[in-house]
Amino acid sequence: MTTKSMLEIKNLTAKAGDKEILKGITLTVNAGEVHAIMGPNGSGKSTLAQVLAGHPAYEVTGGSVTYLGEDLLDMEPEVRAQAGVFLAFQYPVEIAGVTNAYFLRAALNEQRKARGEEEIDPIDFIDLLEEKLKVVEWGPEIMQRAVNFGFSGGEKKRNEILQMAVLEPKLAVLDETDSGLDIDALRIVAGGVNKLKRADSATIVVTHYQRLLDHIIPDHVHVLAGGRIVKSGGKELALELEARGYEWLEEPATTGARA
Amino acid sequence: MTLATIDRLPAPPADGVPAWLAARRTAAVKRFGELGFPTTRQEAWRFTDVSRIAEAAFAPAPKAKLSAGQIAPFTFGADEGIRLVFVNGHFDAALSILPALPKGVAVLPLSDALGAKEHGDRIAKHLGTLADIEQEPFIALNTGYAGEGAYVHVAKGVQGAPTIHLLFVTAPGAAGTVAHPRNLIVIDAGARATVVEQFAGLDDGAYFVNPVTEVVVGANAELTHYKLQREGLGAWHVGAIASRQERDARFHNFCAAIGAAIGRTDIRSVFAGPGGEATLNGLYLVRGDQLIDHHTRIEHREPNCASREIYKGVLDGRGHAVFNGQVYVTPEAQKTDGKQTNRNLLLSDGAKVDTKPELEIFADDVKCTHGATVGRLERLPLFYLESRGIGAALATRMLTFAFAAEVLADLTVTPVRTQLESLLTAWLE
Repeated sequence: MTTKSMLEIKNLTAKAGDKEILKGITLTVNAGEVHAIMGPNGSGKSTLAQVLAGHPAYEVTGGSVTYLGEDLLDMEPEVRAQAGVFLAFQYPVEIAGVTNAYFLRAALNEQRKARGEEEIDPIDFIDLLEEKLKVVEWGPEIMQRAVNFGFSGGEKKRNEILQMAVLEPKLAVLDETDSGLDIDALRIVAGGVNKLKRADSATIVVTHYQRLLDHIIPDHVHVLAGGRIVKSGGKELALELEARGYEWLEEPATTGARA
Repeated sequence: MTLATIDRLPAPPADGVPAWLAARRTAAVKRFGELGFPTTRQEAWRFTDVSRIAEAAFAPAPKAKLSAGQIAPFTFGADEGIRLVFVNGHFDAALSILPALPKGVAVLPLSDALGAKEHGDRIAKHLGTLADIEQEPFIALNTGYAGEGAYVHVAKGVQGAPTIHLLFVTAPGAAGTVAHPRNLIVIDAGARATVVEQFAGLDDGAYFVNPVTEVVVGANAELTHYKLQREGLGAWHVGAIASRQERDARFHNFCAAIGAAIGRTDIRSVFAGPGGEATLNGLYLVRGDQLIDHHTRIEHREPNCASREIYKGVLDGRGHAVFNGQVYVTPEAQKTDGKQTNRNLLLSDGAKVDTKPELEIFADDVKCTHGATVGRLERLPLFYLESRGIGAALATRMLTFAFAAEVLADLTVTPVRTQLESLLTAWLE
């Protein structure tokens, strides 16, 4: 355990349009840890993931997020990424006309430039890709396809993990990366995440299903309901949620409003 | 020549041309005198104000000498097979590439072809019969005063001709001059050819280029025809392409417009036999105070013909684009299959697009669709790129390139596609 935490979220509130979604989130994540965030639909868990990446659909209305000692909320989305924050999207975006290879090289080079490093040599990049493609059990053909364009749901999620493998983030936030995956794709995606874990990196896994946590073992599990963390515990909490559902944790004040 | 005083138009040049051509020129000058320059009160010119052209005084562009280095940016390197170069409208043999051509392929200046007995009758048969002087003042003007141009003929069944490049370049210091290039392309039955027309300027002077190209694609023949408009940014370019496709003919046209202060191209493509295909695609990049206008008209006059049209535009600054796409289907043209799309991407608040599809359909068993969009880059793809560390400026360039390059992907002449991709990249920097 490091002495200084990687991510400190304090009393974070955020809204989309007029709708308040996060109502005071407090969470500390240290290097080397895996945190799972679970909760029913509409609890705010995806919003939390997207707010950390700087998604323009959400407005932070209060609280603070400190990442490696810096004010994360003050950074543009690309600066957050350059500083090592990575969001694996719940719905990866299709980018027609931009190949996976070009996109990944541009992203890697922008991050290297931001760190004051040289751009990667094109030949070295091919070698790097070859190695990283193994993480998601893919051949090189995928690199010449347009980013996520016409990809199946499973391919899109694998592509997120491939990007994560190439960019080597310090803080990876996986937003329902397991949703819609069959068991083989789940094994590949979860296996990829496990392979990419490092002592100096941390992972936040946002998921609706306990199933993913059979593959990615969390150190901490948090339950979000009504925009707040209503319970935290160890990995056994996930099993309890699987057995009992979420209803017993819902706040009385918001229970009636939940679908 | 002062065009402003239309009642005192000079006589067309009569230097040794055949009587039939002299008569067509005289008729065209007379018709231009009647029509005058179009005004924004006319529907086809509503958004394109040519009063600056109408009010200017132009002298015929003089001969000028250019070095190979000066035209290098407009050439395609080692794999260029045939090239005719016209400087200020005058043929320049020294800059041209004229290899021995396959039997049945003729590529030469129109004036030379006029005097050659194997070509003269063919030119008389087609020249001035496709481009309409009755309705179109700029075509009348070109027909009346046309100087030099290219003549391309591919004989029946000949398929192996290399790509034919026609380069019309305006030398520096040509402000206040006009050139009226005139081209005729005849592809006989069963033949196949590719012709790239390029218009380029070497400075930003206010010169005027008014080209007309007539195209005949014979039965079951195929022509791939590109027009690359890369005039100087002070230039006025008003051009027309008129094509006729016989039975089962394929005509694949692509127009790129990057240059000129005012750049307009009118394309009229007529199906004169059943079973034909026409592709009219285009890309325009508009910025500063540029005005780029494309008016296309596809006439389905015979059954079972298919037309495909995709025009894309990227606009920045106070750029203004006009797109008008007419699809005209006569009662005979059953089983017509037509699809037209115009998509515009705005990068600035000051840019503006006037886009209008016009479908006139008189047959009852046809499939015709059209769609036009004007919009900005979507926020979500931008955020996706940014979330990977790509800054907003580069993310915008990447997505804009992808939007525009989609219409370049189908270009079959690789050096042209590569060059246009480079120009697009440079334009976005």
